[in-house]
Amino acid sequence: MIEELIVSGRMNPEIDPYLHVWGWEIPFYLFIGGLVAGILFFSALYTIRGKQDDYPTAVKFAPMFTPLLLALGLSALLLDLSHKLYFWQLYTNIRWESPMSWGAWTLMIIYPLAIVWSALWIKDVFPKWDWKFKWLEDWIEIIRQYQKYMAWALMVLSIVLGMYTGILLSAFNARPFWNTAILGPLFLTSGLSAGAALIMLLSKKEGEKRLFARIDLMLIGTELFLIIHLFMGFLAGTNVHIEAARLFLGGEFTNSFWIFVVFGGLIFPAILELLELRKIKIPHYISAILVLFGSLALRFIVVDAGQASRWLY
Amino acid sequence: MRYAMAIDTKKCVGCSDCVVACQVENNVPIGHCRDWVVEATSGTYPDLSLEIRSERCNHCTNAPCVRCCPTEASHIVDGGIVVVDHNECIGCKACIESCPYDARFIHPKGSVDKCTFCIHRVEKGENPACVSVCPTKCMYFGDTDDPNSEISKLLKKRKWKTLIPEAGTKPNIYYLT
Amino acid sequence: MSKSLNRRDFIKISSLGLGGLAVANPIFDWLGGSMNSGESLQETIKRIPTYCEVCFWKCAGWTHLNEKGDIWKLTGNDNDPHCNGRLCPRGTGGVGMYYDEDRLKTPLMRTVINGKQTYREASWDEAFDFIARKMKKIADEHGPECIALFSHGSGGKHFGRMLKAFGSSNITAPSYAQCRGPREVGFFATFGEGIGSPERVDIRDTDCLVLIGSHIGENMHNGQVQEMSDAIDKDATIITVDPRFSTAASKSKHWLPIKPATDMALLLSWIHVIINNEWYDKKYIDKYAFGLDELKEHVKSYTPEWAYGITTIKPNVIRKTAKEMANAAPSVIIHPGRHVTWYGDDTQRLRAVAILNALLGSWGRRGGFYNPEKKKVAKLDIPKFPKPSKTWRDAFPDQYKLAGLALASGICDATIPAADRDCSFKAWIVNGTNLISTLPNQANTIEAIQNLDLMVVIDTMPMEITGYADVVLPECTYLERYDNLRISGHREPTIALRAPAAEPKYNSKSAWWIAKELADRLGLNDYFPFETEDQELDWQLKKVGSSLEEMKKIGLKKFERKYDDLYPLEGLPEYEFNTNTGKIELYSTAMEDEGYDPLPKFTAHEEPPTDFYRLIYGRAPMHTFSRTANNPNLTDLMDENKVWVNPKVAKEWGLINNQEVWLENQDGVVTSFPIKVRVTERIRWDSVYMIHGFGHTDKRLSRAYGKGASDAELITQTKIDPVMGGTGMRVNFVTFLTEEPTKGAA
Repeated sequence: MIEELIVSGRMNPEIDPYLHVWGWEIPFYLFIGGLVAGILFFSALYTIRGKQDDYPTAVKFAPMFTPLLLALGLSALLLDLSHKLYFWQLYTNIRWESPMSWGAWTLMIIYPLAIVWSALWIKDVFPKWDWKFKWLEDWIEIIRQYQKYMAWALMVLSIVLGMYTGILLSAFNARPFWNTAILGPLFLTSGLSAGAALIMLLSKKEGEKRLFARIDLMLIGTELFLIIHLFMGFLAGTNVHIEAARLFLGGEFTNSFWIFVVFGGLIFPAILELLELRKIKIPHYISAILVLFGSLALRFIVVDAGQASRWLY
Repeated sequence: MRYAMAIDTKKCVGCSDCVVACQVENNVPIGHCRDWVVEATSGTYPDLSLEIRSERCNHCTNAPCVRCCPTEASHIVDGGIVVVDHNECIGCKACIESCPYDARFIHPKGSVDKCTFCIHRVEKGENPACVSVCPTKCMYFGDTDDPNSEISKLLKKRKWKTLIPEAGTKPNIYYLT
Repeated sequence: MSKSLNRRDFIKISSLGLGGLAVANPIFDWLGGSMNSGESLQETIKRIPTYCEVCFWKCAGWTHLNEKGDIWKLTGNDNDPHCNGRLCPRGTGGVGMYYDEDRLKTPLMRTVINGKQTYREASWDEAFDFIARKMKKIADEHGPECIALFSHGSGGKHFGRMLKAFGSSNITAPSYAQCRGPREVGFFATFGEGIGSPERVDIRDTDCLVLIGSHIGENMHNGQVQEMSDAIDKDATIITVDPRFSTAASKSKHWLPIKPATDMALLLSWIHVIINNEWYDKKYIDKYAFGLDELKEHVKSYTPEWAYGITTIKPNVIRKTAKEMANAAPSVIIHPGRHVTWYGDDTQRLRAVAILNALLGSWGRRGGFYNPEKKKVAKLDIPKFPKPSKTWRDAFPDQYKLAGLALASGICDATIPAADRDCSFKAWIVNGTNLISTLPNQANTIEAIQNLDLMVVIDTMPMEITGYADVVLPECTYLERYDNLRISGHREPTIALRAPAAEPKYNSKSAWWIAKELADRLGLNDYFPFETEDQELDWQLKKVGSSLEEMKKIGLKKFERKYDDLYPLEGLPEYEFNTNTGKIELYSTAMEDEGYDPLPKFTAHEEPPTDFYRLIYGRAPMHTFSRTANNPNLTDLMDENKVWVNPKVAKEWGLINNQEVWLENQDGVVTSFPIKVRVTERIRWDSVYMIHGFGHTDKRLSRAYGKGASDAELITQTKIDPVMGGTGMRVNFVTFLTEEPTKGAA
């Protein structure tokens, strides 16, 4: 028997008995990040392919939400900081080795871009919109000339944003459960999937809904594939990685993960979509909501499980 | 100049004097600690062995906490000591997540806190508080870049180990076994 | 059973909210500023010498004051042989004693309000007048000898002076009959000298250290832990005999996991092996010892094979360890231990330890037992103390004849009136000892207290004992006062000064002042000729060629030994021992004269009944029992005890780690609070282990109340040592209750 314990009474708040310094704020922010990445990606993609009228929700309407979503996400991030008054220090330097720093700067760039992008489409969505200032109207028309470049920039940045939410966690090799390269692509896929689901939810055009249902189906398939590989990788890794995987294969996160994320958030909506494709009438919004919920749950569970996994005692 | 600590587990009795001394010296708030003592027992009665370790931040040469800090609040100073500038720390806690030794914690005042190798004492030529107080004199502090220092000689003479070397952090606390 | 009205109800008040403002505590403020290099957090502006009061080791050290003039930290005095400049965790955490807001703040007197007994605040004058009046009344009616002082702290010296001047010599420390008494008597009977405090063991130079149940490393006797570390550096062999895998056992070359209560068999068997193989120091024994032939005959049948059956230690291990000791001799120590009141035959067991040391020739030689020297300091110029007409011994005619000091448990027992005694104790003055936890059989202690006319408790903290007092006087901590010089016997004689680093907090006062004020009211001013204690100290210091001023600067003064006899028997000179025969008495004539066995015999002791486990208790290095149980710095390390249970036993009972259980002993007594289980391989399957000093029932101890369980509650059975009255306490057995016992009709 091996008995290892701390005998000097250590009980640092949120560190002991197991790590829990990141509560709901970070998973919520990661979800928002992924969702925004998904929305902006599809909006930019279909702008570039000239399909803005075929898929108006994807290209024009959905991006309207992004400034608000980003504001919510950044507020959550600010709430998470324990030394809030110093938050501005984030922007006094760029640390290439720190994913936190990347994230801060990426958001710094995406936020205004998202606002401008929404501004470009706002007249299409709200025809009665009036900018009230002539210089603003002129300014927007100037920017419209660079719309194509903006779209490319947004595509790249949204992929960076989506991947970054996963890489942020995988950069911490101290937490065995996060220490896998799959987390980046997994979160990106999950984010794109959430974006597609939201578009499906908001869309009023049948064709658009169909397309995004199919895209979502593909993304769900990819996600399942990545999840299987995630666990295969852990189980073939070192002891701490096997222990980390065990959290999900009999440990405390087993039920919540397989029920809420895998079945409820991936498999069941996929089945619904497949049935829909076979012309069985199932409202799209059910699977859309399930996917969104599953994506959120994925973030929460991964952040908690990562903190629960450890190298030591 | 590379400061490091060596702790002789053969002599350590786990009295936790190092913990109290650090707490008093550095005003660590009650309910938090920068260092702690671990007892590891293995075997079955009566074939048993016991290892006692006084642990703290390892001031790693390849410190993940310094790498992931977005504001450079966590940085390395002369001698390899990892310190946190509380005026630059925003409390994002990335460093806490990145430390495999769970050595950091959030100070009630908001920024992140951890062992500083009593840098304020080291600069005056004294040893850290824990090393100075240890009744069994099982703790040694010095410069591993200097081949004539006590710690360098000990590391040559004795068997030692570090914690979680496979994490790649290159810790600078050596446990003499 | 109807609830009789006790003369003294235990006053349980959650918070009396009495007196004193909380003082802003710089330790708990983070003094801002960045943690950049170069900025220190607090700085020592001044340091004042003191010696520690957290345990009896009394390490000399310095109290550091920060820029604000507040007490910051404590460090050791580099010249002090007790600590060599390094305080133990309790000493380092001593600042917590000063800053503890739960401290007693003002004198309290027992009163009755609305039919309920409680305390009210009183002035010092009122308290002193009350005490003096009562003491005089008791002296008139029964004699001053019926007043006893229980002490375990520096204050005892001052109250002792007052009490002796008043006419009573009944001054006792529980550390005798409840702790080290048997070893003093056992060694005295053998060598003509006791062990003393600190123990005269030359650990740093020894080649072989044998610990019988002693858990150095968990018991934080600073100097000894330091010297054991030195011994490990020098590759000394450590042999530990303990049913538990203690820290010392983990550093031992040989750990003998002995069956509890059978150590005597092992010791006798070792003596047998060493004598029969002629591994003893022949020259030394020839020259100095008396009784070898009787001893040889006596241990004839105590073979290792016989011992194996009793102790479960294999015969070859017994022989091998005996050879290790013999190889190392004379640089070997069979450590006498400290708390040795275990099973009632403890003096005889310590006699066996002494005999073993004698055979190996370690007494008086390097690496064995050295000869400590104390500096002679002039006695105060005060009148002779009156000769008391009776002492505690008169309560026990024909019993405990070899006891050298007063028995705390004896005085407690003699407070309960008995038909065969013409008087009993009427008043207790208690200072620095929580008798409720210290004396075995709590019910007996409480019954004794009910028979008192006066009970005065002088303490720093609201410990349980204060709940029974008539008057509670708040003593200030050691950091706020002067005390007698520490004059300790060691390899080199030293004297150390304790000087105050702060004014007494709240309305507390120093013990010296309290004793002097009481003496004043009792008409004993002549015994306290100086106005203030620093004058008294200065007078004494000048007599040894120093002064208060010098001592304040250096804290501790070392002197040269008067005689060059650190190891008096090195080279085997002529030597006369302080015994009847003038020799080392392997066969004890002193014991024989008083009707006790002159040679230790083996007696089997009671074993636990089915489903019960022997209760073994011990220390943790970061605590000194009750004294630190509420200390904020030290409770941060350990705030509760746990009961160690072997995994086999845990499986049987379905116990898991950190599960809460109540312990019930063989007499049906259940602990007041539950205790968490620690499932560990380190304890034998027939015993359980817990740290003493927890499970406090006084609500005023905000950090200690209800934490862990009190082993003292479970120690209801004792086996009294007939030789000197020591109370053997390891004879209690406990079982587990996994559910809270319902409180039946009282």
